[in-house]
Amino acid sequence: MDLSFIAQEIINGISLGALYALIAVGYTMVYGVIRLINFAHGDIMMVGCFIAYFLLLKLKLPWPLALILSAILTGFVGVLVDRIAYKPLRDRGAARIINLITAVGVSFFLESLFVVVLGGVPRAFPVPDIFNKEFCIGNVYISMATIATIIIGLICVSILFYIVYKTKIGMAMRAISVDFETTKLMGVNVDRIISFTFFLGSALAAISGFMWAIQFPSIDPYMGIIPGVKAFVAAVFGGIGSVIGAVVGGLIIGILEIFIVGFLPDLAQYRDALIFLILIFTLLVKPTGLFGEKLEEKV
Amino acid sequence: MNWYLRIRKLIQKKFPNNKFLHRYFGLIAFIIVGIISLFIGNHVNEFWQRLIILSAIYVIMAVGYNFSNGVAGQFSLDPNAYAAIGAYVAALLTMSPETKENVFILEPVMKPFDKIQLPFLIATLIGGLAAAFSAFLIGIPSFRVRGDYLAIITFGFGEIINVIANNLVSLTNGALGLKGIPEYTTLAWAIGWAIFSVFFLWHLTNSQVGRILKSIREDEIAAEATGINVFRWKLFAFTLSGFFIGIGGALFAHYLTTISPQVFTFFLTFNLLIIILIGGLGSIVGSAIAAVLFTFAFEILRVFEEGIHIGHINIPPIPGLRMVVFAILLIALMIFRPQGLFGDKEVSIK
Amino acid sequence: MEKIYVDPLDPHYILELDHIWIKFGGLIALKDVTFKVKKGEIFGLIGPNGAGKTTLFNIITGVYKPTSGKVFFDGDDITDLKAYERVWIGISRTFQNIRLFKNLTVLENIMTVFHFKKLQKWGPFFVKFLDIFPYKWWEAGLALPKFFKFEEKLEEYALELLKIVGLEDYWDWKASSLPYGKQRKLEIARALATNPKLLLLDEPAAGMNPQETSELMEFIRKIRDEFNLTIILIEHDMKLVMGVCETIAVLDHGELIALGKPEEIKNNKRVIEAYLGEAI
Repeated sequence: MDLSFIAQEIINGISLGALYALIAVGYTMVYGVIRLINFAHGDIMMVGCFIAYFLLLKLKLPWPLALILSAILTGFVGVLVDRIAYKPLRDRGAARIINLITAVGVSFFLESLFVVVLGGVPRAFPVPDIFNKEFCIGNVYISMATIATIIIGLICVSILFYIVYKTKIGMAMRAISVDFETTKLMGVNVDRIISFTFFLGSALAAISGFMWAIQFPSIDPYMGIIPGVKAFVAAVFGGIGSVIGAVVGGLIIGILEIFIVGFLPDLAQYRDALIFLILIFTLLVKPTGLFGEKLEEKV
Repeated sequence: MNWYLRIRKLIQKKFPNNKFLHRYFGLIAFIIVGIISLFIGNHVNEFWQRLIILSAIYVIMAVGYNFSNGVAGQFSLDPNAYAAIGAYVAALLTMSPETKENVFILEPVMKPFDKIQLPFLIATLIGGLAAAFSAFLIGIPSFRVRGDYLAIITFGFGEIINVIANNLVSLTNGALGLKGIPEYTTLAWAIGWAIFSVFFLWHLTNSQVGRILKSIREDEIAAEATGINVFRWKLFAFTLSGFFIGIGGALFAHYLTTISPQVFTFFLTFNLLIIILIGGLGSIVGSAIAAVLFTFAFEILRVFEEGIHIGHINIPPIPGLRMVVFAILLIALMIFRPQGLFGDKEVSIK
Repeated sequence: MEKIYVDPLDPHYILELDHIWIKFGGLIALKDVTFKVKKGEIFGLIGPNGAGKTTLFNIITGVYKPTSGKVFFDGDDITDLKAYERVWIGISRTFQNIRLFKNLTVLENIMTVFHFKKLQKWGPFFVKFLDIFPYKWWEAGLALPKFFKFEEKLEEYALELLKIVGLEDYWDWKASSLPYGKQRKLEIARALATNPKLLLLDEPAAGMNPQETSELMEFIRKIRDEFNLTIILIEHDMKLVMGVCETIAVLDHGELIALGKPEEIKNNKRVIEAYLGEAI
């Protein structure tokens, strides 16, 4: 077990973790504002992937343009989903379980819709050449994809922080997350803000999907499920509602997954089960995760 | 007011002195339904027979699932796990040692399963008990924390069971699954168990036990303030629910004769969820009816998936159409009629 | 059998709070609260909003555990008893914002409560008595005659209780469809169904007009006499409090600032200051 092997494992872990982190940030942001666990988040990521696929393959757009355009288009898909499926429940004041079930329904809907329209056969994502470059430090390989994911991830998180903390609309988002009713009474157009939140979250999902497809270039309608669920675990572990928590959680889950495969090969096949065990354990022992906030019910 | 009370009031009006009828109208109705289904089942071709057996299996799983989700209000997302446990345990107990030796080609089957062979009823019961026990173990830590997280904790558990089923080769034969399971689930067994499940859980729901569980569903804090040991009763509902889902799983295994982890994924949970929501959370009979409707609708929609070519009508095959339809159905149900057909819950509390 | 060791105290008092402190994070909600409630009296608990009255109720009923201090009920230390166990020994309550079982019928709301075990005293210990829950769950599932007999009896008892409080005509109404005043009555009836010795009412007159409030005062006296109860009331309606309570305790910012008969409290300077916020 030499140092370069360990170093490589860490790099691989960060590579995967950065992807989970990016997806988790989208999850946690939506939850943070409207207290909805958007089960369909992973499937929105899938939608973003497919949009990017068509932009790259059929329209032959340069990848930065495809990335941004797919983010914007997927953002609108997210807004549409909210308007059709989630908003009616919110207006009615439906119980949280109803929201959860509907999110499950949306998830299945997106998957099966894409199966019907595009077929279930996996397609190869056209990875732009630049991402195939690899850098070598000693015996350790770092691919451009990893570096790009980290850089783009940092850019996204920074933009998000700027929006949430330095703009008026961000302030409205924070107000809604603290007290929905009062914010509404203060004359804030909460519907618009929530739509914007979904737009941001879905755009983030699309970007994370793009970066995911670069590292794992096989895309199909069901591709979003497993990464989505793992990112969800990361978000919960890091503290659902906290962006920092999502990033830290994502990195930890990614590194853990790679480490299990690398250092405990006998358990490698059970790595998903172990990740779910982390989820269960977190909820039982410290449901607010690493950085989350507490919610008490008043008697 | 729920249907049980309404119908009972009606019967008390029409037959004021027949106490036997007041008490057992439910049992009589279910037995009649059972006899009719058996009769129909024995006089149709194999395709419809198999459909009836499948609906009976879904009835058992659905009423079990509704008991803890709808009656006790404890929202879980892992019936697929309990169905799997019931199925695998029962199958491992009924398969002959020779069959097991032939099927477990990657690794020999775990002891003591290699030598054991038990009759169908006992194996089914043990399967149900194994599922109930698993539910019990999951319930103990889960119900000590705030209820909101049960859905996610159980979702995690369901996925863990799926991973174990795929990888614990000496117990489950991994992704290959179990083949050659004896086809013991006849029309009689399926309908018999279904009638029993509906009868038992329906009576339980309309008794003091049901009232206690419903009060926990309505307002946990108020329930505790009236002396109800909320933790213990939640655990009870969840465990009993696991038992019936496990029984359904066991019957399922002996109907399919081949099971694999693919049969017990979150997709099964999704289907059961749709069923209990259509039938109405908290309504046992509703879940039973919805289970039958769903099973038949699922098969009929398969026809559309495979394309229709009758005379001038030529509809091309659309694989995956069923799922789109059911997903839309679920979303529409939540938006327009969350109480389903017979649900007794007004679900507009935040 | 579970045993809880007790320290016998003066049996004339049904409830004794002994130096109760409770902290939530950095906030001290109750500071050194100590007082006794006599058996059979109607006791008032008043104070400005946020004083800690409901918190005190939650401590008496076991929803919260005090950071320090003890609760004695009928001479026994119940500080370690769980919330549902306290109902078994005879403490029952209503809530500030009515917590009925909304989707159940009025009759079912009452019937649900006939289920618990009795916690009996055996020497100085509390011992869980046998279930008085009338049948086992499998007997219910299998629809044995025993089950039906008890169900019919439960309905009878529940209807009788509804008659006493005057709600028998509403027996098959969904609880949430009752008019507000009747909902409050139902909640009180449900608390009575647990056969309590001590009844805690949290703002029972909230939202009532003067006519309903007078009726409520009569009702409280009536149930105290008929059911042999001690009643503790949290209220803001001073007419009700002064009219029906025999002893009143006043809380402000978590501290007990006055304790005595209504006349004493009415003229107590500290009480007036607490409510009006400045010296008069």
